[in-house]
Amino acid sequence: MRYLPQTDADRAEMLALIGAASIDDLYVDVPRSAWLDGPVDLPPHQGELQVERAMAAMAGKNLHGGNAPFFVGCGAYRHHVPASVDALIQRGEFLTSYTPYQPEVSQGTLQMLFEFQTMVAMLTGMDVANASMYDGASGTAEAVLMANRSTRRHRAVLSGGLHPHYREAVETYARYGDFEIASQTLVPDGVEDLASLIDDSTSCVVVQTPDIMGRLHDLRGLAEACHAAGALLVVVVTEIVSLGLVRSPGDMGADIVVCEGQSIGNPMGFGGPYLGLFATRDKYVRQMPGRLVGETADSDGKRGYVLTLSTREQHIRREKATSNICTNSGLCALAFTIHLALLGEAGMMRLARLNHEAAQRTAERLATIDGVTVLNESYFNEFTVRLSRPAADVIDALVERGVLGGVPISRFEPDNGELADLMVVAATEMTTVEEIDALGNALAEVLS
Amino acid sequence: MTMVTSSGHRGLVMDEPLLFEQSAEGRTGVDLEAPEGRPLKLGGLEREAPIGLPGLSEPQVVRHYTRLSQKNYAIDAGFYPLGSCTMKHNPRLNEKVVRMPGFAMAHPMQPQQTVQGCLELISTLAHWLTTMTGMPGVAMSPAAGAHGELAGLMTIRAALTDRGDARKRVLVPESAHGTNPATAALCDYKVESIPANERGRIDIEALKEALDEDVAALMLTNPNTCGLFEDEVVEVARLVHDAGAFFYADGANFNAIVGRVRPGDLGVDAMHINLHKTFSTPHGGGGPGSGPVVLSEPLLPFAPLPYVVVDGEGWRLVEHDDTGKSFGRLRSFHGQMGMFVRALAYMMSHGSDGLRQVAEDAVLNANYIMARLKGAYNAPFPGPCMHECLFDDHSLKDTGVSTLDLAKAMIDEGFHPMTMYFPLVVHGAMLIEPTETESRQSLDLFCDSMLHLMERAKAGDAEWFHNAPYLAPWSRLDETAAARRPVLTWKPAAETNRAV
Repeated sequence: MRYLPQTDADRAEMLALIGAASIDDLYVDVPRSAWLDGPVDLPPHQGELQVERAMAAMAGKNLHGGNAPFFVGCGAYRHHVPASVDALIQRGEFLTSYTPYQPEVSQGTLQMLFEFQTMVAMLTGMDVANASMYDGASGTAEAVLMANRSTRRHRAVLSGGLHPHYREAVETYARYGDFEIASQTLVPDGVEDLASLIDDSTSCVVVQTPDIMGRLHDLRGLAEACHAAGALLVVVVTEIVSLGLVRSPGDMGADIVVCEGQSIGNPMGFGGPYLGLFATRDKYVRQMPGRLVGETADSDGKRGYVLTLSTREQHIRREKATSNICTNSGLCALAFTIHLALLGEAGMMRLARLNHEAAQRTAERLATIDGVTVLNESYFNEFTVRLSRPAADVIDALVERGVLGGVPISRFEPDNGELADLMVVAATEMTTVEEIDALGNALAEVLS
Repeated sequence: MTMVTSSGHRGLVMDEPLLFEQSAEGRTGVDLEAPEGRPLKLGGLEREAPIGLPGLSEPQVVRHYTRLSQKNYAIDAGFYPLGSCTMKHNPRLNEKVVRMPGFAMAHPMQPQQTVQGCLELISTLAHWLTTMTGMPGVAMSPAAGAHGELAGLMTIRAALTDRGDARKRVLVPESAHGTNPATAALCDYKVESIPANERGRIDIEALKEALDEDVAALMLTNPNTCGLFEDEVVEVARLVHDAGAFFYADGANFNAIVGRVRPGDLGVDAMHINLHKTFSTPHGGGGPGSGPVVLSEPLLPFAPLPYVVVDGEGWRLVEHDDTGKSFGRLRSFHGQMGMFVRALAYMMSHGSDGLRQVAEDAVLNANYIMARLKGAYNAPFPGPCMHECLFDDHSLKDTGVSTLDLAKAMIDEGFHPMTMYFPLVVHGAMLIEPTETESRQSLDLFCDSMLHLMERAKAGDAEWFHNAPYLAPWSRLDETAAARRPVLTWKPAAETNRAV
């Protein structure tokens, strides 16, 4: 077996030194009734070639963003990742190291995370960011828990425009953490009066921009209403590229910002691993979940970085910790950081503009089709169309024509008939004119 | 003598400033096409202020992160015996297959008929996991070990609620990982600690005392964090079940028993499996992990959404619960797919025979280290151990050298230190987990260094230990100062570089 260095001779000599007659002697503490006397009923070991073939067979069954006209978004986006990102994250020193518990031999990871935290704070317009969470939805649940701790209140108001998966994740955490959630219903016109739902038990209002239907929201009034009532404003961004072109949540008064960071540096990969970005104001830093890296110096006065404020964390505080999170999303954060470093200020702004223009071109093309109405007045790189037929059926008909056309809102909200005709369409810098034509032609055919 | 160079570099160890300190305005590492310059449709919400990101070219970014990488210790570079973390070799085949476009470029919200290969892979991995554990089902979505614990406890609470049983307490042995009590608290349970007995196992009498109709679950790590198999586990399970509670097992240490013992045969109701430990998905500097949780028959109806089922038409992802029993959703999408691909490639490579050998070699290696070191280091619990061996600091008594000092001195010897001061049940713990992917030669080198350092400590060389490491790129870092005045982001020189 290619991954196991010990030879039978090694094993025999090692057992002799240990003083054991056989390997079974080392398992004496396992109740005899639970011993397996041979391998379980699964295939035996295979070579690289055989495993690679089996994997290729499964991968080959999928349609995807590389072999079909592609317009799927709603929380994960098809973006180009520069070649050097993937080359660098596969360096063994990054790939095969662990959490930087020993800072003297982990400065690579620690300095990278310090750069990551800084750039996340810059993008979101906040003071501080942590070293990443699992993903956007679980990060949003953690944000609500943090708002509850910070305000000592236990009721969160969730906008109807919040990604339904995020809403469901927050509701799950709430059900088991015994706090209250006031979730608003998603409405096609996007009009909701969240400020009127704030009362003196409200810990936070959670709102997403661009929202699940792609609409942008000016949150400055809502921020004022939250702060006047002693509640926090939690802003969720599922498409981080938007922040290259759109006013930052921090600039609009957010207290906690949670983003899905997949779009920068990370593949769609059928849903994970992704990375949650989590940023806040200085005054709330000690209530934050997750790991934090801070600057310090070594005993020679040389600048270096360490994990810090760990008295918030489970390995120190156990049941009194701010969160049970242990592992973050280090390698995804590395990919994000390298990609963002390559983009820089100029590249990030241009990338955002290319996304916005691709969506405009797509929206304009679709608007010419009978049976399609573009609902959005504002959008970044995805928008919602109302179709003359149920969207789920249209999506299936588009698949028959080889096109991955978008996401039917009914997939999230199957019981809300008012949303059955809505389809969310995303475009990015990767979307070509040919793809837009393919979607336009297929959609015209399906709806005719 | 400390060598001082004008550049700050020392041989191959390059001094490397922050990205922001190498920036030039307008410079970029990507060549994107020019936008058309269309009017914006942002509803008047366009960004007015700059972001503040640095400007670097591709060669600068590549060199920057190459240099940073060289400041990391890693499994690829050397022995990494971090107890309870299972730092084993990460095969590159797994990295190759996860990058196949059919996996990497598939979107989680694509129509299901277009991602049958992805769903087949998840379903196949689930079959391997349930077969290896002897459990009837598995929830694949949790993002990491602690997230798997959360899924497990929520499943348990949902099952109890369903039978109208509002239990309030969760029992956790004092040797448990910190995530166990933190998870229980997140589920609004009161945590009660159960002491260890003098053999390093859960104290059965204390457990009996604590168990009553108010206990929802026992969370037990097995093999436990002392590196020992809980030899009374079958009795533990019986007691827990007799009290109407559920038996949660922390599967962090599954590497010791994979292919040799099925947790399902021990009476376990729920157990998360850290794919990044036992099944070798890379640790990546602290994640991402993946924590599928296997479940017993009574718990399965309450498993989180979404999950994959197979029917006549192929594989199907269930995203909405028609039964009203699932406890709900925990995250954005279906699971850590990238980790699933890697883990399945690893499992198929080993096969059922190889996985059994994995456990046996991991246990053999740990016992070999224990045998070689136990004359010089104090093992608080006699062996045999499982996949990791535990020493306390008794042998360092009166030397003036602490566990921390010894660990830092190991860095100069060329090894990543062992886990220190965990578990909490022994004083000055040193928890050493070699894994199965270390050769006998590398184990011998490590043991030789450990023995050498103990001799040096006993020879009265405490002062030398207090300042170790000497040969690492950095000397000891001041963690107290970092926490007292946290500097968590870089700021331009004009601003105060202080967060709190």
